[in-house]
Amino acid sequence: MATTEPKPQIGQRRLRKEDPELITGQGRYVDNITVPGMLWVHVVRSPYAHATIKGIDTSKAEQAEGVVAVYTGETLEFAGPLVMAWPINDQVKNPAHHPLTKDKARYVGDPVAVVVADTRANAKDAAELVEVDWDPHPAVTDIKEALADGAPIVHEEFGTNNAGDWIFERDSPVPPRNPAGPYFEDPDLVTIKEDYYLARLIPNAMEPRGVVVDLTASMGEYTVYSSTQIPHILRTTLTITCGIPEAKLRVVAPDVGGGFGSKLEAYPEDAICLAIAKTLRRPVKWIEERSEGYVATLHGREMYQTIELAATKDGVLKAVRVNLLASMGAYLRIITPGIPMLGAWLYAGPYDCEGYDFQYTNVFTNNTFTDAYRGAGRPEATYAIERAMDALARKLDMDPIDLRMKNFITNDKFPNYTMVTGLTIDSANYTGTTEKLLEMLDYPAVRKQQAESRANGGTKVIGVGFSTWLEMCGIAPSRVLAALKYIAGGWDAATVEFMPTGTVRVLTGVSPHGQGNVTSMAQIVADQLGVDFEDVEVLHGDSQVVPLGLDTYGSRGLAVGGVALYKAGEKILAKARTLAAHQLECSEDDLEFAGGDFTVKGTDKSANIKGLGFAAWAAHDLPDGMEPGLTATHLYDPPNFSWPNGSHACVVEVDTETGSIDILRYVAVDDCGVQINPNIVEGQLHGGITQGIAEALFEEALYDTEGNLLTGNMASYMVPGAPEIPSFELDSTVTPSPTNPLGVKGVGEAGTIAAPPAVINAVVDALSHLGVTNMERPATPERVWRAIQEAKS
Amino acid sequence: MGQITVTVNGHRHQVDVEPRDLLVYTLRETLGLTGTNVGCDTSSCGACTVHLNGEAVKSCTVLAVQADGQEVTTIEGLAVNGEMHPMQQAFTEHHALQCGYCTPGMIMAAVSLLDDNPSPSEDEIRHGLEGNLCRCTGYHNIVKAVQAAASA
Repeated sequence: MATTEPKPQIGQRRLRKEDPELITGQGRYVDNITVPGMLWVHVVRSPYAHATIKGIDTSKAEQAEGVVAVYTGETLEFAGPLVMAWPINDQVKNPAHHPLTKDKARYVGDPVAVVVADTRANAKDAAELVEVDWDPHPAVTDIKEALADGAPIVHEEFGTNNAGDWIFERDSPVPPRNPAGPYFEDPDLVTIKEDYYLARLIPNAMEPRGVVVDLTASMGEYTVYSSTQIPHILRTTLTITCGIPEAKLRVVAPDVGGGFGSKLEAYPEDAICLAIAKTLRRPVKWIEERSEGYVATLHGREMYQTIELAATKDGVLKAVRVNLLASMGAYLRIITPGIPMLGAWLYAGPYDCEGYDFQYTNVFTNNTFTDAYRGAGRPEATYAIERAMDALARKLDMDPIDLRMKNFITNDKFPNYTMVTGLTIDSANYTGTTEKLLEMLDYPAVRKQQAESRANGGTKVIGVGFSTWLEMCGIAPSRVLAALKYIAGGWDAATVEFMPTGTVRVLTGVSPHGQGNVTSMAQIVADQLGVDFEDVEVLHGDSQVVPLGLDTYGSRGLAVGGVALYKAGEKILAKARTLAAHQLECSEDDLEFAGGDFTVKGTDKSANIKGLGFAAWAAHDLPDGMEPGLTATHLYDPPNFSWPNGSHACVVEVDTETGSIDILRYVAVDDCGVQINPNIVEGQLHGGITQGIAEALFEEALYDTEGNLLTGNMASYMVPGAPEIPSFELDSTVTPSPTNPLGVKGVGEAGTIAAPPAVINAVVDALSHLGVTNMERPATPERVWRAIQEAKS
Repeated sequence: MGQITVTVNGHRHQVDVEPRDLLVYTLRETLGLTGTNVGCDTSSCGACTVHLNGEAVKSCTVLAVQADGQEVTTIEGLAVNGEMHPMQQAFTEHHALQCGYCTPGMIMAAVSLLDDNPSPSEDEIRHGLEGNLCRCTGYHNIVKAVQAAASA
């Protein structure tokens, strides 16, 4: 039964299996779930960034219409605090983070009480009646001020806001090629030192978070529906925090409306809702309001960076030295202290050099906690090195592209090149990717356009900026994670099963929330097993349906989850071959497999895999000792990270009178290895680049000195709309990863990692003739205008 | 509590509403039409866009009582006899959605945009959709989908 679908499926622009429901309003997001008898939860949050709770009077709220219960940190019982899973070394200071704070509020939005009522409105109304007797203290929201003598201390038990250092020389499991220090003492080398501040960001997945807890009280079984990227990890953390064994706890991520890291978290509200359901033996629901989410959902980035480069006078990079101060906010959430470390091996970019040093200091402040935001550590690294490469080019009076080309790790070093930071890059073609970009861009024409814009004396000048980047993703080899002190592993799992009627059921341990894995994974299975794309059903995001998995983050869906799937498919094929040989009365070696058929070489005798699936299920005539069923599970632990790369260029026009910036072109060539579905790859890049442009030009969470979030809702924090964003010119190079049989690398974070320095470098380049050499981000019109005025004076 | 009569996707409903009830919650929680999503509380994101008497409105910014006697179309009412609206078709064909959360509102806004301007330029599409935010697609493929629907 040969398929009529195009082969191979890998590489086809298949339309998504996910779409028909989502475009007709049949999506099942958490807020669409209603359970009979369900109660509504509303969280009472601190209006102060730093204040002691002297007392909480819940009596009025308890008397309000529809209210069933009101709890505080003293009255709602948990088995333990929220889980922090990445104690980066023995220096880390990890305060107990209770779902409801017991003693003090440490950021505006810190949960202090919860109201449980019959309706959403009654819960919210009654929350107004909870009276907290506050003793406010001075707050600290700036990283550097938090480290200064006399600063308010966020966690008194530590006596400092320093949450711990991570020093490459001491803490990296792999050494650098050489320490950087001596290169900066060498009088023959040119050095630069750059300081950058990366603003705090608010992720803004379009679906606010939400939790519904249902239960079978008689069995002590709970189902948690959560808008999460990590149903499996969340189950484990909820077991620890709420004291319900994993076997009695089912976590479901139904349709999830975007994540970008913000739903890679063990949040207070998940634990609070589960604890209430356990206490009241009633189902409960909590839905985050957007403005509530601005303080209650994790923030990203926020760090001070100092990067130094040493190079020869003719532009050969010799050493990179980096020091970071990173904002934790008020608590360490699930992987907060490790986020800067995800960039630790990347601050030399794709450039070959000899010396490397890196360290960071984590700092508590009275802000919402930070944690993973799309790219997590790697956009920060790319920003520093790519801005610094432009600064070095200016110092050496070199073209920024010439400097990059001169220093790329060359193709003859691959595969598996151990770079200056000690990790081994699987494969890349940095030079070829960049050459393709320059051709698409028509670089000489852009420089000519720039010269003309300057020569004509007008107020609008053109600039071009580059970002030639690499990342490590497909997170991650478990042994490496152990060396980095992350508590869990980095494997993922898949189960492939032929159903009696001939369809294939795939269970994947990754938990997509927009990435289209239901489609791309079906393409992989269709090719590998010779079945129709339409006959493959991919299930995910439910710990009961898919018991094994470690979820979606770090561009790992395909590079880990997809490879697990492929490995499970190999087991299926091996068993099917044995069964086919039994049926066809031949040796397994005499069989060739193509298009779903095992054929005896040189004959027309064949057995189709669907028929073998039925035969294995019926089990009427199996070889002696063969287990019934054509199903296989594989847990795949990647032997290395995967190493996507790309070369991006942004062309801007800056109005020197108003400071406004217009992106004229955004051109990018990316290399994520083999592409399963180019539509999906491009879609990930479009969205990622847009978030990167937003970091560069628009987005910034601002606090006042008392710790109030000034950009506290979607009207005051600028998530870009369609008019702010250009169309993109994309192409790719394909350098397969030698690490896995699919040759894939991952693309989920690529655009966000790449874009910010390309945009800022373009703005600086546009104004370089005026003497502008630095630009804070986001490069708002006011900042641009001020930079021009400062350069003039 | 008062009563309003509202026609939603061609069906007439009499529903009890409080004066403060927003149309979006009446649609979602009283009528069970959960295709219309809520993405913010400042009328910024457009996820809740529906048609009120044929015009795109943010249903989080309309009181349910304002819909009394009016006609509402939601994403569930866009396909006719199981045949997808050309805009829905264009969204899937051009990969104009990822997580799908903004999609119902984006599609309703885009349909309304073409009602007003059947052959918009790229710039007109981008500005016409400025009240609808998407965090996944970077708008590139949404623009392509609207262009395709316009020429369908």
